[in-house]
Amino acid sequence: MIEVTDLHKGFNGEEILKGITTTFDRGKTNLIIGTSGSGKTVFLKCLLGLFTPEKGTICYDGATYSELNEQQQRDLREQMGMVFQGSALFDSMTVEENVMFPLMMFTKQKREEMLERVHEVLDRVNLENAEKKLPSEISGGMQKRVAIARAIVTRPKYLFCDEPNSGLDPRTAIVIDNLIKEITEENDITTVINTHDMNSVMEIGEKIVFLKNGYLEWEGDKSQIFKTDNTAVTEFVYSSNLFKKVRDAQLKGL
Amino acid sequence: MFYLDDIGRYFLMLKGVFSRMTKGSVIRNLIFKEIDDLIIGSLGITVFLAFFIGAVVAIQTALNLTSPLIPKKIIAFASRQSVILEFAPTFISVIMAGKVGSFITSSIGTMRVTEQIDALEVMGINSLNYLVFPKIIAMLTYPFVIAIAMFTGVFGAYIAGVYGGFVSSTDFLTGLREEFIPYHLVYSFMKTFLFAFLLATIPSFHGYYMKGGALEVGKASTSAFVWTTVVIIISNYVLTQLLLS
Repeated sequence: MIEVTDLHKGFNGEEILKGITTTFDRGKTNLIIGTSGSGKTVFLKCLLGLFTPEKGTICYDGATYSELNEQQQRDLREQMGMVFQGSALFDSMTVEENVMFPLMMFTKQKREEMLERVHEVLDRVNLENAEKKLPSEISGGMQKRVAIARAIVTRPKYLFCDEPNSGLDPRTAIVIDNLIKEITEENDITTVINTHDMNSVMEIGEKIVFLKNGYLEWEGDKSQIFKTDNTAVTEFVYSSNLFKKVRDAQLKGL
Repeated sequence: MFYLDDIGRYFLMLKGVFSRMTKGSVIRNLIFKEIDDLIIGSLGITVFLAFFIGAVVAIQTALNLTSPLIPKKIIAFASRQSVILEFAPTFISVIMAGKVGSFITSSIGTMRVTEQIDALEVMGINSLNYLVFPKIIAMLTYPFVIAIAMFTGVFGAYIAGVYGGFVSSTDFLTGLREEFIPYHLVYSFMKTFLFAFLLATIPSFHGYYMKGGALEVGKASTSAFVWTTVVIIISNYVLTQLLLS
């Protein structure tokens, strides 16, 4: 579980996050949603420890990040997996080497043991025959799956995903969403996904945190998001033409 | 103030490079890869340039020796001194600032743009050590390139001088050995080590701290080439003053 309390973060005198307090539960897919510029990415990078908040605390299963020493912070980071928006795979490495990379860095396993684990996670993300290919030789959807495999290969306790669906067709996006949800449940990890894709919200949103202008505007689950009377949330949800048409059809009794 | 800020960040970067070392087995492979990319990959252009520089120095010296009182062996002496003292270490390093420097900046800059450096940081890896340290170690073999450049430059001078009809082979070989001061080689290789360090670190700095997209990667590469060249030229002056005067 990740507990965030009164989180503030700014750049060059401009406050981006303005006192966010929330929790992300273990074994659930937690979604951060909001319009562009609402502070989602900054929030995610604070959770990852890439940005240091000016005020507030982030607790990872009881351990407050800012109170940990440098070694403890590094140890905690080794328990985090991250799927970047653009996958962030290492260009010069094959798929197999990309996935093996965290194992090489942080474990003392033999190469055979590492390869066994690599093939296990590649099988899990349905990428059996792409081990020897370079990231440039595979599709965007496959790159995302490699990024997920790399993120989970060390069996992390926390998984963070920054817009895992961006640039993917709707069908592949659903496959990736479901894959993340299944992995979260199988491994009982705390997953936080940054997205503005309403399909993802409907597919896997067990907890949804809605940010607006750096404030936490609303939080709930996917069953509550269509019932809320918070205008900022409804504006965001129904900005999608598809959802607007479905709502209009429902109102007309079609 | 802007430049002071950058200079300060450069030294902080160096501090970061030498702290929290990456796992030995991983860094060893990276060093071999960097030697291949930065050193072995530069040998061809270095040999080509050094040969023709040496040849041109010999021809220019020969054409400017109008007095019959000056012995022809001076062509070899002048070529040797020019190539060993300046053309091989400094001129080749300026060329390398373009070749190796822009390669380093663009590769690290692209990693920055595509969030690969963030990925390293999230994993708890010291990205500065992982990316820059192997380049510095690989560049320690750079004097090997310069030694080859010295040899090829002198060989180019011999070919141009002898086969161009400016000096006999015997005179050239006599001049080549005349008044040879071994310390000049020491001076030259001392410079080369410093240039190697600059060639590895200044482009890395420009790549690592760049912001933006593909266009900015190009701008950072240009900027890295300019600043590496400027620092090489200034440090060449300072070292020459310190070591030879």
